[in-house]
This record gives sequence, C-alpha cells and structure tokens, in this order.
Amino acid sequence: MINGISINMYMVLSAILFIIGAVGVMARRNSIIIFMCIELMLNAVNLLLVSFSTLHNDPKGQVFVFFIMAVAAAEVAVGLAILSMVYRNVKSIDTNLMSNLKN
Amino acid sequence: MLSLFIVSGLGVLAMIAEIFKFKKYVFPIVLGGLIGALVSIYMEWQHPASYPLFDNMIVFDRLALAFSGVILITAFFWFIFANDYFEEESNVVDHTALVLFALTGALMLTAYRNMTTLFLGIEIMSIPLYVLAASKKRYLASNEAGFKYLIMGSFASGFLLFGIALIYGATGSFDSEEIRQYLANSKGSVPSFFIAGVVMMLVAMCFKVSAAPFHFWAPDVYQGSPTVITALMSTIVKTAAFIAIIKLFMIGFGAMSGVWAGVLAVIIALSLIIANFSAAVQSNVKRMLAYSSISHTAFMLMVVLANVRTNASVSAILYYSLAYSLGSIAAFTVLYNVSRKGDESIDSFNGLAKRNPLLAACMAVAMLSLAGIPITSGFFAKYFVFTTMIGTSYKWLLILAVITSAVGVYYYFKLIIAMYFKTSETNEPVFFETSNKVVVVLTTLITLVIGFLPDLITGLFAY
Repeated sequence: MINGISINMYMVLSAILFIIGAVGVMARRNSIIIFMCIELMLNAVNLLLVSFSTLHNDPKGQVFVFFIMAVAAAEVAVGLAILSMVYRNVKSIDTNLMSNLKN
Repeated sequence: MLSLFIVSGLGVLAMIAEIFKFKKYVFPIVLGGLIGALVSIYMEWQHPASYPLFDNMIVFDRLALAFSGVILITAFFWFIFANDYFEEESNVVDHTALVLFALTGALMLTAYRNMTTLFLGIEIMSIPLYVLAASKKRYLASNEAGFKYLIMGSFASGFLLFGIALIYGATGSFDSEEIRQYLANSKGSVPSFFIAGVVMMLVAMCFKVSAAPFHFWAPDVYQGSPTVITALMSTIVKTAAFIAIIKLFMIGFGAMSGVWAGVLAVIIALSLIIANFSAAVQSNVKRMLAYSSISHTAFMLMVVLANVRTNASVSAILYYSLAYSLGSIAAFTVLYNVSRKGDESIDSFNGLAKRNPLLAACMAVAMLSLAGIPITSGFFAKYFVFTTMIGTSYKWLLILAVITSAVGVYYYFKLIIAMYFKTSETNEPVFFETSNKVVVVLTTLITLVIGFLPDLITGLFAY
C-alpha cells in the first residue's frame, strides 16, 4: 500500500503505459512518434521502479531511474541525429520509405 | 579489472587525438593498448580476484576474464582488419573511439554482477554501434540499418528494464547474487510478476542476440551497415551478449529453469529452422552470414538450455564463441575485400581460387569451420555443445540441430563451390591490403590450431 492505493494499481498503470508504448512502436509509421512511444515505455518502467522503491522503502530503485533517464537521453540524441540524416537523404521521416534492404 | 580501464582510457585518448594532432599514432597506440589489456588479463588469471568491486557492481572472476580474453583477441584482429577501411573515412579517430567505447560496454557485460551494470553495459555497447551502423552518411541503406538497429535496440531495452523493475519489485534488490538467494529461499513460490519479469528479460536478451522470432532486424541491419561494422556486430557484440545471458540465466535464475526452459527451447528450435532455411536461399553473402549468425546463436543458447553449471558447459560456450568469432572475422575480411566494388552476391566470389589461391583457401577453412566440418575448430565447438545437451530431456532439439546443420553445410559450400569450380570473367587477383592478408591468415591458423588442440581452450576450466 502506498498512500492508500494498492501496489497492484501502480503495476497495472505502468503495464498499460508500457503496452501503449510497445503497440505504438509497432503500429505507427512516423519516426518521431516511434521515438515518443519508446520514451513512454521507458517512463512506464520509471514509474514502476519508483513505486516499488517506495514500497520497499529502499532508495536503490530511484537511483536506477536516474540511470534510465540518462541513457534514454543519450539514445534519443543519437536517434534524432540518425533521423535528420535520413531526412536529408529522402526528405521524409516515414518509416515506409525505409524498406530498401531486401534480398 | 585493469583491462576495462585500459580500453576506456584508449577510447578517451582516441577522442582527443584529433585536437592534439596525434591522429597518425592512434592505430599503433590502440593495438599496443589491446595487447596490454590482454597481458593484464593473463596476469589477473594467475591470481583471480573473485571478490566483487565497487559496491558489488562488477566481479572479475575467471569466467569474466576468459570471455574478456575472447573479446579482446577478436577486437585485436578486428582493428587490424578495419584500419584500412577507416583510412578511407574522413573522421578516423571518432570511429576508433566509438568502437573502443562499445568494447568497454562489452567488457562490462562479461563482469557485471548488479542489474545496473547489466543495463549500463548493454547500453554502452549498443549506443556507439547505432552510430557506427549508420556511419555511411550518404547511403540510405546504412541510414536505414542504423535507424532499425536503434529502434529495435531501444525497444528491447524497454523490455529488459520492465523485467528488471518487476524482479526488483519481488526481491527488493538489483544484485544478481541476492536474487539467487531469494530464489533459493522461496522454494518455488514466487509472485507471478517475478516470473513475468524473467520472461521479459529472456525476450529482451533474445532480441539482443537476434534469436528467432526476434531476429527480423538482424539481416537488414547486417546488410545495410558497413561490412567492418557488421563484422564487429556479429562477433564481439554477440559474445558479450552471450556471456550476459549465461550469467543471468544459468547463474542468476538457474533455480527456476522450469519457467524459462520451455520458452527457450521453442526459441532455439525456431532459430535453427528459420535461420538455416532462410540462409540457404540468400544470394547476398552478407545477408547469408547474418542468417548463419542467427543459427550459431541457437547453438550457443543450447548450452544455456542444458543449464548444467559445470566447467564443461562453460568451456563449451567459451570455445564456441572463440571459434565462431575467428571464423567470422576471416569470412568478413575476405568479403570486404571481394565486395569492394559494391557487389556482395555469391557470384562475386566466382573463381577466387584462381585469382587469390591463398585467401580462397583461408575463406574455405573459415566456411568449413562455420559449417562444423572436422579438423576445424567449428566441429569441436558443435561437438562440445552437443555433449552438454546429451543428459537433458531435450533430445528432439539435438536431432533438429543435426538436421539443420546439414542444411547449413549446403549454403556454406555454395560459397566454396563458387570459389573453386566457377570461373569469372577476369583472372586479375582481387586487391587485398597486406594488413588484411595478415588477419585472414592468422585467424585461419588459429582456427586450425584450436581445431587440432581443443584442450588449449577447454583446459582453461578443467579443474
């Protein structure tokens, strides 16, 4: 129980957020939205970690969240750089245009 | 321990080389540094420090040292091979620095003990590789490969993290030793979200090593990336991800193998079938090698499935990763030189035996090794894996592995037949840099030597 709300509720909320993110990555075709969905997945994890950290009364989970935030920022920096490179070549960020690699 | 510091120090040094104008000396410094790191591993092997360092974050025991050794040997040959490619690029030192940082992540994965270091190791290894995969800026294929690798990599990281979070929720700890203790004390009654966490981590790791059905990104990424980077991805990254899987599942979650063994058996079976049959119909050699790497993944995962924590299974996987890495480095070096003009089809190998007899022979040995034909190291690699599987209840998987290996022989021999029995229009030898010749010949020699004397490697964990 955290603030009178059962831990299961926190788990359900993060699972829902995570699934929305995962489905978005697979279903959407706009690269920026795909990045947003990946961020949503990572933030669902952050929420879960923080709630477990409060439940266990243990700061390790919150420290882990900082690592995730830092890594997510690095990943997006690299991702946007690659995306701008793609845009320069094809003048679009639609992932449907990225299907040239086939046998 | 020291090797990790040396490699990350080399990375920083390579980064500042541009500013302080010692670009020319970066290559010899890196090679010297890697030899230094190997020597330090040898010294630590004599007196292994099996106690954890940095608040239980990493532990450089003999398992970690052995795999660090494999990674550094592969990296040493890789740098000699890639030097020629790097010289054609405008920003050599940036590439070198990125590779060295990826190597740092790989070494961290061999030695992690805490889930934090597992996650950081994977990310430190992956993020430079996303950049490197997309490093041919003007080629859409390379951009596409980098983008796909990034999306799939972060997607898998999301699963890994969700799994870690669930396990943390159940156990209250990130330490793999404490998680093992928790499992031992719980006697099988763990919360259901703990099991969900373990399965999610398994899925994430299968994404990282590209096991079917999570392999779909691998052929595209391997084909689109520059050949040298593909060589890096299919050797060093694979070895590092494997040692992570072994430590996680054989040591960390070994006690609850009933939950993940069934899932893993299906993954292995799918990988064997899909990879070998898809590889057989490829005409692009890089794509074929990508599928072949998926089938090798399946073989290595079999050791994890057998889940017997003996020295035999550790040395089986050590031997396999060394044999596979060396064979791949030789194959990719030859492929890189043959496909210099952009033609990566099997036909570009036609008549290579007449044009470059020595290198064609080395390529043939590499192919035989990857196919697992006796007297090369690949045969013993498969043999050791099969012996670990004998005592388990997964004999059907063993039969499937033997049958699909036969399919594997077909596509590896397609290349050998192209080199030896087909004729090309020109008899002009393909141009090879001397450094690349040295790499191909040396890796082939080591492949044969450890094929003749497998005890050299398996003897490391014999006591």
